[in-house]
Amino acid sequence: MTMEAYRYENGSISYPGHPRGRDGSNPVETIDLSEYTGEILTWTTSTATPPGVRAPNTLAIVEFDVDGTAVRALGQTTTDDVEIGMEVTPVYTEELREPGVGIKAADGPQEWDGYRFEPV
Amino acid sequence: MTDTVAVIGGSMTKFGQREEWICELLAEAGNACLTDAGVPPEAVEHLYVSNMSSGEFEGQTGIMNALAHDLGLMPAYSQRVDQTSASGGAGIYAAWQSIASGASEMTLLVGGEKMTHRSTAEATDIIASCTHPAEYKHGVTLPSFAGLTARMYLDRFDAPRESLARVAVKNHENGTRNENAQFQKEITVEEALDSPIIADPLRLYDFCPVTDGSAALMFCSVEVAEEYADDYAIVSGIGGATDTHVVHEREDPTTMGGVVKSSEQAFEMADLTPDDIDVAELHDMFTILEFLQMEGIGFAEKGNAWEHAMDGRTKLDGELPINPSGGLKSKGHPLGASGVAQGYEIYEQLVGEAGDRQVSAETGLACNVGGFGNCVITTILEANQ
Repeated sequence: MTMEAYRYENGSISYPGHPRGRDGSNPVETIDLSEYTGEILTWTTSTATPPGVRAPNTLAIVEFDVDGTAVRALGQTTTDDVEIGMEVTPVYTEELREPGVGIKAADGPQEWDGYRFEPV
Repeated sequence: MTDTVAVIGGSMTKFGQREEWICELLAEAGNACLTDAGVPPEAVEHLYVSNMSSGEFEGQTGIMNALAHDLGLMPAYSQRVDQTSASGGAGIYAAWQSIASGASEMTLLVGGEKMTHRSTAEATDIIASCTHPAEYKHGVTLPSFAGLTARMYLDRFDAPRESLARVAVKNHENGTRNENAQFQKEITVEEALDSPIIADPLRLYDFCPVTDGSAALMFCSVEVAEEYADDYAIVSGIGGATDTHVVHEREDPTTMGGVVKSSEQAFEMADLTPDDIDVAELHDMFTILEFLQMEGIGFAEKGNAWEHAMDGRTKLDGELPINPSGGLKSKGHPLGASGVAQGYEIYEQLVGEAGDRQVSAETGLACNVGGFGNCVITTILEANQ
């Protein structure tokens, strides 16, 4: 698994990728954000979590610098002890939430693995 | 075709924990609206039903046809409108289009949701299913988006945490004047600040409750309105816009692009500015949203809406009363009903039927937000006289 972002014809990058970029341009390459470190822009610790989700669940929006272009991602953190401006790196996790416990089917299109952010 | 659409009646049920199921709630509000407007069922040509998730919450689909039958509206054209928690506003847009285009001479809009039979966790998950799969797998919820954004806002603009509590205190105070509001209870700043953490830095009183309820509005042309009512409201401006599905992809997460664009469209159509608005209903699903909408609409400069909460400008007796109904925060938030109920509150204020919470108003605005600003409808209503 990779943390796949798309770069578009206009140079912008998004995570996750879309069939077209914000200005309608086509994707031209993929970038694996799991190879980068990023900075926490903001975070929250959620205590009222849905079925199958850990409680508390600390989430952060992280900004990566990919060759001078900013791209952001939202994800769980590996610790509740985080701060704005903290440097983090993605760490693979097999199961971010328990499949099939909530409204989405366990064997449907929803992926359940992914990357948490760990302080560097 | 008419460029002047009127609202000639409205209604809302008691919001809160109700025994009735979705079809009964819709029928209660729809029936009351027919009576309030003095419109016979056979005169209704279009019926729109705003609802986000009756299938997911209750296993009941086809609710627009069910309501047409229950109210004796056949053979009226009927359509369910889903725009997540902006379904009500989207219903206003659809009803306005139906009259403005000439496709319908009389249109009934009913919004509703039945939620409280589900646990808070289940309801939260149903609502969170509107997020992108890349967000959903992390257990993100709409409240957690609010926590993320509130922390960024407070940090960036050096706003005191108390300012968010003051939004909750104001809207709870207003809710005590609305017999249909879910909460009939005033709270203090201290209670809000000491309540349990839900999505740090936001606490219990920063969030709207899970709610059952329904609301309705009746639309027709101004020419037809004159046959039914002396006092009515005119839809002088309306706009709808979307922002990114993935919230973190927004250039500035403290700016809701859908609010900015939809309100620009509404003001341009009405030939008005934010200074012309006398009263507003904003989508305070979370206290921080009241600030983001005030700034997006132009009621406040970027980064200083919190000052208006602190100085009382938005209170019922302030310069610009915001959420006199109690807002989603106190009145409750039955998803599909909320945007319609916002329109109903503005209508009531403009025709002078708002009772204990009546303010002096000739022009009002409602802003209904879906997802976390993903899709937004802004409506401006003006009194006919």
